[in-house]
Amino acid sequence: MIPVAFEYKKVSSVEEALTSLASGGEGKLLAGGYSLIPAMKLRLNQPALLIDIGDIPALKGIREEDGEIVINAGTTHNDILHNDLIQQHLPFFHEAAKMIGDEQVRNRGTMGGSLAHADPAADWPALVLAADANIELAGTSGKRTLKATEFFTGLFSTELQENEIITAIRVPIPAEGSKSVYLKFENPASRFAIVGCAVLRLPDGRINIAFTGVADFAFRDAGAEKAVSGKTMDDAAMQEAQTAAVVGVDILSDNFASAEYRKHLAKVYLKRALQAVM
Amino acid sequence: MQIKVKVNGVDYTHEVEPRLLLVHYLREVLHLTGTHVGCDTSICGACTVQVNSKPTKSCTMFAVQADGCEILTVEGLAPNGEMHVLQEGFKEMHGLQCGFCTPGILMTMTDFLKNNPDPSEEDIRHALKGHLCRCTGYQNIVKAVQYAAAKIANREEVPA
Ligand SMILES: Cc1cc2nc3c(=O)[nH]c(=O)nc-3n(C[C@H](O)[C@H](O)[C@H](O)COP(=O)(O)OP(=O)(O)OC[C@H]3O[C@@H](n4cnc5c(N)ncnc54)[C@H](O)[C@@H]3O)c2cc1C
Ligand code: FES
Ligand code: FES
Repeated sequence: MIPVAFEYKKVSSVEEALTSLASGGEGKLLAGGYSLIPAMKLRLNQPALLIDIGDIPALKGIREEDGEIVINAGTTHNDILHNDLIQQHLPFFHEAAKMIGDEQVRNRGTMGGSLAHADPAADWPALVLAADANIELAGTSGKRTLKATEFFTGLFSTELQENEIITAIRVPIPAEGSKSVYLKFENPASRFAIVGCAVLRLPDGRINIAFTGVADFAFRDAGAEKAVSGKTMDDAAMQEAQTAAVVGVDILSDNFASAEYRKHLAKVYLKRALQAVM
Repeated sequence: MQIKVKVNGVDYTHEVEPRLLLVHYLREVLHLTGTHVGCDTSICGACTVQVNSKPTKSCTMFAVQADGCEILTVEGLAPNGEMHVLQEGFKEMHGLQCGFCTPGILMTMTDFLKNNPDPSEEDIRHALKGHLCRCTGYQNIVKAVQYAAAKIANREEVPA
């Protein structure tokens, strides 16, 4: 399958990428290419100009800063998987990275690309939501930071504007004594989530619960959180969370799983996740 | 656009269209047809090559993205005509039937063995997730990797 012809430009800085984005309109960023290239081959996407940000040094790497883990947007899934700071402070990000696609996907796919693409079955959206992360964006008119909870707006849709780039994901380091988990029921061919559930339990009793794969876009489940936050996590509380989960959500239905089955899976995976952080 | 790449140790410079996929560059421009196109939809792994030592699906990368990179294909695994120990494993353990998936699997698993010289069966199966094989049922592929791992352990070195 051959994509429609396009112009190609490799840029070496965020500024250069922004200038190229602003120049002609039809430009599209290319990071790992593991979502965009398949779409271009199917001609679902036909950019006139590809701006390759895959080799921008400033978009690579992970560091600790002011109580946060800062993951630069161009960091690959495998670089996240093998990073010591992630293993130490964000073990559920480590688990999730291991479950993404396969070795080849993890070698090239990036966290920024995954968040920008906002596939309803992608893993990272659930993780950044549960971790209360912030997403840093750069545009021609300056920088801004959005909460992950404000970022996703619909099927493959986010708050990201056409002339903006995600530069980093800032994840607050969970307080000492926190527990976290990411579990997913995966599509056996692609490993994408049919249902993914990320849970972070903080020592003050708060419990953050995020789902991916269930609806048009990943979301925090306020109903389920309310049912268990600050409670002793016994069978009754667990049951209440399951009852409250994915209520009022427009649940996806496709040839892999009907809405009814997805809803069931969401509740089962929530219970397993809560048991794991008990 | 002009690209410069090093493939299996040989330098090449070519003028290519930006939309030329790396797999087509390798097969149709360099005539290295050991790299296969199976699904063309980023799933099957038959097109896997190593780009700067990292297993990559060459149907999901444009040749222009590989400008300046070093690429290893299955043709580069036995430079002096002596099989890589993993190739030997596939031969000894009947790790292939039609062989269509084999070059891709070799490119992922030679890298895997470098980083995991003493893998468990579970590690091997996890590493094989990016590859579909329609013939073998994977059992003998796993055995081929175990064969190579055992040989490597005795030799105490990982061949490239
Ligand atoms: C076989 C297969 C299996 C997969 N399995 C999984 C899985 O199990 N779980 C999962 O979560 N994902 C999975 N993926 C998707 C994979 O993780 C992608 O790599 C990822 O979703 C996109 O990242 P990328 O760097 O490849 O982005 P690209 O494909 O390069 O770009 C995707 C989109 O994001 C935009 N973009 C990229 N970077 C930025 C940036 N910094 N700022 C703004 N916009 C940007 C691009 O313009 C484009 O619109 C799979 C993919 C394949 C092919
Ligand atoms: S041909 Fe590239 S993954 Fe199947
Ligand atoms: S040996 Fe035939 S596809 Fe694997």
